[in-house]
Amino acid sequence: MNYVIIGNSTAGIACVEGIRQLDKKNKITIITDEPHHTYGRPLISYLLYGKTTEDKMKYRPDSFYKDNNVEVLFGKKAMSIDKMNKRVNLDDGSNIKYDKLLVATGSRPFIPPMEGLDNVKSKFTFMTLDDARALEKAINKDSKVLVVGAGLIGLKCVEGIADRVKSIEVVDLADRILPSILDTEGAAMVQKKLEEKGVTFTLNDCVASFTENTATYKNSGRTVDFDVLVLAVGVRPNTELVSEAGGEVNRGIVIGDDSATTLKDIYAAGDCTECHDIVADINRILALLPNAYRQGETAGINMAGGNAVFDEAIPMNAIGFFGYHIITAGIYEGECYEDIKEETYKKLYVKNNRLVGYILIGDTANAGIYTSIIREKKNLDDIDFDLVKEKPVLMAFSRKDRTEKLGGAH
Amino acid sequence: MKRVYVNEKWCLGCHLCEYYCAFANSGVDDMAKALKNVEINPKIRVEGDNKVSFAVQCRHCDNPLCVKGCISGALTKGDDGIVRVNQDKCVGCFTCVLSCPYGCITPSGTGVIQKCELCTQNGMEPACVQGCPNQAIVYEER
Repeated sequence: MNYVIIGNSTAGIACVEGIRQLDKKNKITIITDEPHHTYGRPLISYLLYGKTTEDKMKYRPDSFYKDNNVEVLFGKKAMSIDKMNKRVNLDDGSNIKYDKLLVATGSRPFIPPMEGLDNVKSKFTFMTLDDARALEKAINKDSKVLVVGAGLIGLKCVEGIADRVKSIEVVDLADRILPSILDTEGAAMVQKKLEEKGVTFTLNDCVASFTENTATYKNSGRTVDFDVLVLAVGVRPNTELVSEAGGEVNRGIVIGDDSATTLKDIYAAGDCTECHDIVADINRILALLPNAYRQGETAGINMAGGNAVFDEAIPMNAIGFFGYHIITAGIYEGECYEDIKEETYKKLYVKNNRLVGYILIGDTANAGIYTSIIREKKNLDDIDFDLVKEKPVLMAFSRKDRTEKLGGAH
Repeated sequence: MKRVYVNEKWCLGCHLCEYYCAFANSGVDDMAKALKNVEINPKIRVEGDNKVSFAVQCRHCDNPLCVKGCISGALTKGDDGIVRVNQDKCVGCFTCVLSCPYGCITPSGTGVIQKCELCTQNGMEPACVQGCPNQAIVYEER
């Protein structure tokens, strides 16, 4: 039995851990186009921020591959899957035979066509350790940085470099920052925190054209100078290996609750896939690290002959800037209960007598209790919702529920 | 594995477990020095009102969502079943706070997170259990 995993990040590592729950023996090969030991990909901003080091940000210990009998082919790119002969073709002309294959290829930066972008010499994306190293080399205390994109990646990059450069301007076509996780009011609160650190924002606008060191905005017509450009507009899933092999792909690779693609013996997990969002009840890309782990682990168990499903994916995010924390989950639909103070912000969304979403800013204590109420689709008649509205506590559950939750192993 | 379990019928809501926890994790020998005039930040919390109260801390889940969602690899589940945090690796992203169904992962006050490790890092049986005046929390295999 040959297990082959394309991708050396969360989903790929989780797959190894899934396989090894059942199969301690057979060989696993990981193919990665990066030269690095597995690292926590979202940690690249913390690396620049100084909160971790390249050594500490290793996702698993140095001995992980040896301990798990994994051979890693570093710096090799998988070019195609030959499903007839069950081989993965690599960029060096060689191929790797598989019996069970996981595609965990993640995503890549999406850069829309922008006039004059080729003129910009000092430009960076912010997805990988190499991106972070390159950006770190390019910046200094006199740098004026322009970040295109006020999403999760762009703003974590901002946090990472804020104390190391002269100025940061962020531009985004959306009407607010972090549009994928925050509503208008919440976004304004977080924006204020970032502005207090000297970051400037231009929203509802985009770059019409670049010269080497300037960007001219489309709507306002304003021109801003910069030394360093960071492009964080969005990402696209790496689906080509599966689509070219004839597997079903929508926006992401289509997988079932068992992480199997539509191709025999080929699984997929992580940011390259779509999964079923059980709150919105739709299939969509939920490019979140915890989901990647659960999908990868599920794939691994099934590749090793087990019988695992992951059927509880929901949108959820934890992000913070300079110690100011934001936790969100679910969808923002239905009736809204809100409690907004100067430094803290809470919105809970109730639909069909169920908690379907929340936004917490500033005070995120015990947020996971809210997450579990969403995930478990609790009927609000079965809990003390008035109590839970005030704060997430286990007291709000019935004694029977609580005895079950706290009385045994889960 | 042995875990700490609460019997809420016997829990008085006295919060002593929180103080024993804070003391055990303070690294200070003298209880008064460790706790007097200090705002404690224990890894166990007592919930409740006049009628019902109970203590809750990390359940050391068999399916630990905090470990599986940890972005840095700081949270691990050992062969002994105990979920531990390596605070040196933790970056304080709070994905575990988002994930824990029991609300049992809390900020350490130093920019990272803290959680109950059943006092294994203190080289003793759980201090909260030892200090409970009414045996409302027990350390046992179930």
